[in-house]
Amino acid sequence: MSNLEELKHEIKKRLPDLDVVIGWEQGFDPLRTSPLFMRTAEDVDRLLWGPLCVHNLATYLPGLKGRKVGIVVKGCDGRSVVELLQEKLIDRDQVVVFAMPCEGVLSLRKVQKAVGDLDYVESVETDADGVRITADGVDHLLRFEDVAASKCARCGVHTAPLSDVLVGAADAREAEDDYADVTAFETRPQEERLAFWLSEMDRCVRCYACRNACPLCVCRDHCVAQSRDPHWLSQEDSVRDKWFFQMIHAVHLAGRCTECGECERACPVGIPLLLFKRKMNKEIRELFGYRAGMDVNAVPPLQAFKVEEDNIKERTL
Amino acid sequence: MSAITVPELRIVGFLCNWCSYGGADTAGVGRFQQPTDLRIIRVPCSGRIDPLFVLKSLVNGADGVLVSGCHPRDCHYSEGNFYARRRLEVLKRFLPILGIDERRFEYTWVSASEGQKWKNVVQTFTEHIHELGPAPRLDASLVKTAEALLTDAA
Repeated sequence: MSNLEELKHEIKKRLPDLDVVIGWEQGFDPLRTSPLFMRTAEDVDRLLWGPLCVHNLATYLPGLKGRKVGIVVKGCDGRSVVELLQEKLIDRDQVVVFAMPCEGVLSLRKVQKAVGDLDYVESVETDADGVRITADGVDHLLRFEDVAASKCARCGVHTAPLSDVLVGAADAREAEDDYADVTAFETRPQEERLAFWLSEMDRCVRCYACRNACPLCVCRDHCVAQSRDPHWLSQEDSVRDKWFFQMIHAVHLAGRCTECGECERACPVGIPLLLFKRKMNKEIRELFGYRAGMDVNAVPPLQAFKVEEDNIKERTL
Repeated sequence: MSAITVPELRIVGFLCNWCSYGGADTAGVGRFQQPTDLRIIRVPCSGRIDPLFVLKSLVNGADGVLVSGCHPRDCHYSEGNFYARRRLEVLKRFLPILGIDERRFEYTWVSASEGQKWKNVVQTFTEHIHELGPAPRLDASLVKTAEALLTDAA
C-alpha cells in the first residue's frame, strides 16, 4: 500500500469522530491543487499528496476553533500548527494532525519562468528524473531542484514536529539555514536597499493576500490595517502605506513566523515578502536562540524576558 | 558643529512617565542647555511602546526616534522595561533590511534624577541625527528616483 493510500485509510478510520479533515485535491488543472475539506469517505478518495500540495492548511485552523478538525501537514505546516498550539489559538484535543514526510513542493512562479506560460497545462508528472509538464502541446522536463520552492532547499523539518498519525518513515535529514539570502541583501548599500523596497512596494495592490494566507495572522477582522481607532493606515494607494503594512506584518510575526512562505507565494505581483520575516527570525535566533514552531511548551521570546539578557548589550547613549 | 546653532530636524522622543520624563524635567529645572529638535511624547511605561510607534514615526517623516525608559530593574510596573528591551533590540536590528538607517533609532535608560545624563543623551542623539541629515521623504518622487537607481545598478 502506498503512503497516500495508507493516509487515506487512516483518515477514513478517524473521520467519524471529526467534523472535517483538511487536505488537498486536484485544482482546475493538473498543476494546481486546492484545499479539500473532507467530511465523507468519498471526499477522502479525492485527497492528493505530493510536490503540488503547496498550501499551508494550518491557516484554516484558528477559524475552525471549537470544532474537531483533522489536518494533513507537511513539515513546515506542522511547525505552524505547533506555533498555533503554543499561543493557545487552537486546542490540542480538538486537532488531529496527519503527517507524512515531505519531499519539497514546487514553486509555480519558478515553473512559470521555465515553461513560459501556464494558461493551458495538459499534464504533470513527477518522478525521480524531475517534473514533466505538458503545456500548450509542448513537453518540458524540469529538474526538481530548479523549480522547487526556495524554502525547500534550506528545509530542516521534513516531517512535522508533532503528529497524531504519522504515515511513512520520519525524514530526519537536517539542513543548516545560514540566512545567506538575508546577509547578501544586507551587504548592498543602504540607498539600494531602500530603493529596492520602494519599487517593490510600489507594485503592491493592497489585496492583503499575504495576510490572508498567513497561518499566524490570526487577528483577521480586527487587523490594525483596517482599524479606524487608532488609525494606523489610511486606504491610500501610497508606497508609504503599503510598505508600512508590511512592516506591521513583519513586526506582528516577530518570533512567531515559521517561514512557510505563504505570504510570498500568495502575492499576485511577486514581492519577496519572506525576506522581511527571515531577517526577523535571523535576529531572534541570534538574540534568543529560538526558532518558532518547534516545541509546544516553549514561550515565544517576545512574550518573555530575562533580567540579565545574554545577548543584548548595555545601552551606552 | 553644535546641533543648537543649525536648523532643526524632526526627532520624536517616547519617554516613560516615571523615569525619563522626570529626568527630562530635572534637566529643565537644572536649566541645562539642550538642542530643541526633540518632540517628547509621554507614555505610561516603556513597555507601552509598540515598535510600530517607532516605525510609523520613521515612515511618516521623523528624522530620528528616541525611546527612553527606566533602567532595567527600576520599572514602576516591575517588568515593563524588560519586555521593552527585547522588542526594541529586535526592532533596531530589523531596520537595516528596510533600508532605513538604524542609527536613526536609539533606545536608552534614564532615571528621574539623571538630569545631566538626559542632557547628554539628547545632545549626543541630536548630533548623530544632524550628521545623518534629514531622512528621505517616502513619496512618489522618491519611488521614481528609486527605480532610476535600480535600473542603473542592473
